Amino acid sequence: MITGRFFAAGADRRIAITIFILLAAAIIVPPLNLAVSPASAFYVPSYIVALTGKYLCYALLALALDLVWGYCGILSLGHGAFFALGGYAMGMYLMRQIGSRGVYGNPLLPDFMVFLNYKELPWFWYGFDHFWFAAIMVLAVPGLLAFVFGWFAFRSRVTGVYLSIITQAMTYALLLAFFRNDMGFGGNNGLTDFKDILGFNVQADATRSALFAASAITLALAVFVTWAIVGSKYGKLLMAVRDAESRTRFLGWRAENVKLFAFTVSAVMAGIAGALYVPQVGIINPGEFEPSNSIEVVVWAAVGGRGTIVGPIIGALLVNAGKSWFTGVLPEFWLFALGGLFVAVTLFLPKGIIGMWDSWRGNAKAMRAASIAEEAGTDPDVPPAKIVRSAARTPGDWSASGPEPQPAE
Amino acid sequence: MSKSNTILYLDGVSVSFDGFRAINNLSLVLDKGEMRAIIGPNGAGKTTMMDIVTGKTRPDQGEVFFDGQVDLTKHDEAEIAMMGIGRKFQKPTVFESHTIEENLMLALKGPRSIFPALFHRRSVAEARQIDDILGIIRLGDKRDELAANLSHGQKQWLEIGMLLAQDPKLLLVDEPVAGMTDAETEETARLLRDIARDHSVIVVEHDMHFVRELGVKVTCLHEGSVLSEGSLDFVSADERVVEVYLGR
Ligand SMILES: Nc1ncnc2c1ncn2[C@@H]1O[C@H](COP(=O)(O)OP(=O)(O)OP(=O)(O)O)[C@@H](O)[C@H]1O
Ligand SMILES: [Mg+2]
Repeated sequence: MITGRFFAAGADRRIAITIFILLAAAIIVPPLNLAVSPASAFYVPSYIVALTGKYLCYALLALALDLVWGYCGILSLGHGAFFALGGYAMGMYLMRQIGSRGVYGNPLLPDFMVFLNYKELPWFWYGFDHFWFAAIMVLAVPGLLAFVFGWFAFRSRVTGVYLSIITQAMTYALLLAFFRNDMGFGGNNGLTDFKDILGFNVQADATRSALFAASAITLALAVFVTWAIVGSKYGKLLMAVRDAESRTRFLGWRAENVKLFAFTVSAVMAGIAGALYVPQVGIINPGEFEPSNSIEVVVWAAVGGRGTIVGPIIGALLVNAGKSWFTGVLPEFWLFALGGLFVAVTLFLPKGIIGMWDSWRGNAKAMRAASIAEEAGTDPDVPPAKIVRSAARTPGDWSASGPEPQPAE
Repeated sequence: MSKSNTILYLDGVSVSFDGFRAINNLSLVLDKGEMRAIIGPNGAGKTTMMDIVTGKTRPDQGEVFFDGQVDLTKHDEAEIAMMGIGRKFQKPTVFESHTIEENLMLALKGPRSIFPALFHRRSVAEARQIDDILGIIRLGDKRDELAANLSHGQKQWLEIGMLLAQDPKLLLVDEPVAGMTDAETEETARLLRDIARDHSVIVVEHDMHFVRELGVKVTCLHEGSVLSEGSLDFVSADERVVEVYLGR
């Protein structure tokens, strides 16, 4: 059944194409960077590899948000926190790989700990010298936080704007905590000066290409998993909770558990994105918990089209490419541009780029069908409503909060 | 009053919203297998009574028992639904972004936890059940259409279909024929009489013609308590009922 759907037409074909492009990029880009001479037209410069690798991590973060926002109406304004936690878990591994090559040459303690007069390694740094342990923490820490947070929030039926506000508060609280030197995560400098990952130099072109490929493959996998989740009966339930939460309860479903599962899976995806991001940018600091970061993710998803899987990825890539360009030309105005973009998308492209593309394609198809029907002299009774396939079958109107608590009348 | 052999038992139930008593010392007993029609002017508390039974609203006072022994005030919506109480909302509430078939699939009786849903594959038995229900609610030719595209009356029927899929012991049906043509109304009455053969049912409705079609005992609510109870002829002849409907 799954394979049948995978090769089917329409929205599902779009998923297949996305996965194909990502896997192709993972295979093609590294040799074009490493094996092709810089003089060649096919050469991909290292900075492009690093930059797009970073964008792919953002795209994964946007996809994670899409699972909860697009398909379940949970407008999380704290997904940056899960991203940052995954990043910190990876950063801790990278810190411990430095070993005695730090400025102070301490074989056990990272530089910042020596500087802050730590006598021994804090207990929560144990195990991070092993990659496997760090990898588990990348999944477990964001997942656990999301589980506990969601457990309380969804059980007490916090929804809509209130939920958005507390997710924002969560990332802000973590921001303040990670700024403190005595937390043991490097304070406001964060973790940096990484040397090796799995024994390879993080600065080397080959490592960067490998990280790029890993990001592309992970994103492809995440697209597949999200698509499978969304297409399952559980996925239908997720959208049902988004559209009419109380109805699902009166059918016997535990809406809080439905949300909790998606929220936790989404947080784990965000954590993986952060873990792939940190070795590529070479630093993780508390700035990643900045509430505005989480809001930017929402803008990416909205620009691309929420509830479409592919849309948020496109949105993340485009907005970040725009950001890189903009901050080069007019750095002071970037935030205004971002805000303006958000307002413009909300007003003019409520379903984002993908939604616009779909309705454009739908209209074109309907028009073509109508003209063919006319030529054949028959009645052009093509119902356009059936052809226009909207984003995730219309995730409600553009209410920032998703479904409000509905009166059960 | 004995609770044995009752499917629903409400005694001395009261609930207030910001000091306003929507339900006032309400007592109502439904026998197993019985169908009951509830009438009453707007704001009489009919929907609120269903909210109390289904766990949406907690009563301030009074007893609410299901099946003679289960205290419903101690359970939440999902638990109550799983015990076998199904509900059709006054404003038809279906999953608009899903097809008719998917709506029924989500309602179909079965496990309600996450992992079975994640790996669910439709069995032959389930497909047959859905086909049967589609036949009963006459939406077979629309099975792949989005519920959003249905007319008001068709949504009512879909919601009744979802109730059937849930296969509850007790059905609470709030204003099922609002927005239906006369023919559809008669059809709905026939359908509910059919359902009542092996289920207990409470139907709230304003349409007296429809209530007459049902041909069952009638309870008239007013200001949150029972005003009159008996056959439709008896109730509609009751002076107090005539007064609340015509007077004021
Ligand atoms: N959650 C609530 N908060 C405040 N007041 C409420 C609430 N629910 C119901 N009420 C009030 O309780 C009263 C009874 O409402 P209810 O919906 O039960 O009436 P009804 O008999 O179903 O009327 P109708 O025939 O119009 O559907 C109304 O005055 C209503 O405004
Ligand atoms: Mg009502």
